[in-house]
Amino acid sequence: MESVFGLVGKDFAIVVADSSAVHSILVHKTNEDKIMLLDSHKLMGASGETGDRAQFTEYIQKNVALYQFRNGIPLTTAAAANFTRGELATALRKNPYMVNIILAGYDKDIGPSVYFIDYIASLHKVDKAAFGYGSYFALSMMDRHYRKDMTVEEAVDLVDKIIMEIRSRLVVAPPNFVIKIVDKDGAREYGLA
Amino acid sequence: MSIFEYNGSALVAMVGKNCFAIASDRRLGVQLQTIATDFQKIYKIHHKLFIGLSGLATDAQTLYQRLVFRHKLYELREERDMKPETFASLVSALLYEKRFGPYFCQPVIAGLGDEDKPFICTMDSIGAKELAKDFVVAGTASESLYGACEAMFKPDMESEELFETISQALLSSVDRDCLSGWGGHVYVVTPTEVTERILKGRMD
Repeated sequence: MESVFGLVGKDFAIVVADSSAVHSILVHKTNEDKIMLLDSHKLMGASGETGDRAQFTEYIQKNVALYQFRNGIPLTTAAAANFTRGELATALRKNPYMVNIILAGYDKDIGPSVYFIDYIASLHKVDKAAFGYGSYFALSMMDRHYRKDMTVEEAVDLVDKIIMEIRSRLVVAPPNFVIKIVDKDGAREYGLA
Repeated sequence: MSIFEYNGSALVAMVGKNCFAIASDRRLGVQLQTIATDFQKIYKIHHKLFIGLSGLATDAQTLYQRLVFRHKLYELREERDMKPETFASLVSALLYEKRFGPYFCQPVIAGLGDEDKPFICTMDSIGAKELAKDFVVAGTASESLYGACEAMFKPDMESEELFETISQALLSSVDRDCLSGWGGHVYVVTPTEVTERILKGRMD
C-alpha cells in the first residue's frame, strides 16, 4: 500500500511519497512520481487507485492552470484545497475517486500550509499528515519529533527517520521515496539543484 | 463499523436562562487512527444561531456549505437573519431531500429566537426533528451524553453555571468513547455576547 506524508516547516512545506507502482504481487516500476506540481507554488501528493490517482491529479492541475489563465492570478492553497474537496465530494455518490491527497502550498502573505483530503472528501488544514500503511509509522514519528518552525535540515532529518522506520518495519516496504519541497521560491524536488 | 462512526464525534446543546450553550469534541479520526485534534464541528450561521454537525465529516462539510449558501440567499431576500425554528425546518428539508441516499450526519441546532428565547433541537440523518426544552445530544458518544446531561442538568442556569455543566457533561461522556474527545469546544450564547472556549480534557 502506498505511503504519502507531509509536514509544515518554518517557511516551507514538504511532501514525501513512495515511488513504487504495484499491481497485486508485481512491482511495475520503482520510480513513479506521485507528487504532482499543481502550479509554481503547490504540491499535490496522492495515494490510492493508480488510474484514479493519475487522472484526478492531472484534472486538478489543469483546472488550477485554467483558473490562472482566466483570472490572471493564481489560486491560493486554501482555494485549491477546497476546489479539490468539491470535486471529490461531487463524484462521491456517483463515481468516487479512490484517491487520498496531501496538498501543500506556499502563499505570499500566509506562508506554508498543508491540507489533508481523504478519498471521501474530508478536508482539514493540518501541520502534519500521512496516508497508507506507512502512516502508522509516519504519524507516530512526527508526533514524537515534529516541532513548529523546523528548518529545512531538521525537517529532512525527520523525513529520513520516517523513511528508515517505514523501510525497516513495514513488511512490503517500498524501496524508494520522492521528496518535494515548496517555499517562497516555488515547488521543486528536494535534492535537485 | 457503521458509517456514522467512521470519523467520531460528540455534540451537546443545553438551554439556560435566556442563553444557550453548544459544545463538541475536537477529534477528527479515520476509524481507529486520529488525524487531527482541532477539527471544528460547530458552525456559526449568524450571531444567534449555531449548528453542530456530527457523523461523517465529509457530509458535515458538504451540508454546512449548502446551509450557509441557503442562509445567505435568505438574508439577501428577507433582509434579516433566519429564526432558529425556520432554520431547523430548512435543515430537515435538505436532509429529507436525500431520503434514499442520505447525508450521514446528525445535526444539533441551537439559537435564540423571538425575544431571545433559547431554542434547541436535533434530528436524525433523514430530518426527523426532535425538539427539547432542556438538552439535545448527538454523535458516537450520545448514549453517555444522555446520561451525563440528565444527571447534571437543571433548568434556568445562568451562562457561567451552564458553561460548567455542559463542559463537565461533555468531558465525562467523551472519556467513555474512544472515537471522540481530544478536548472540547464550547460556545455560550447570550443575547448580548458569544463566548467561545476550548476545554482541555484527557488527550486520548
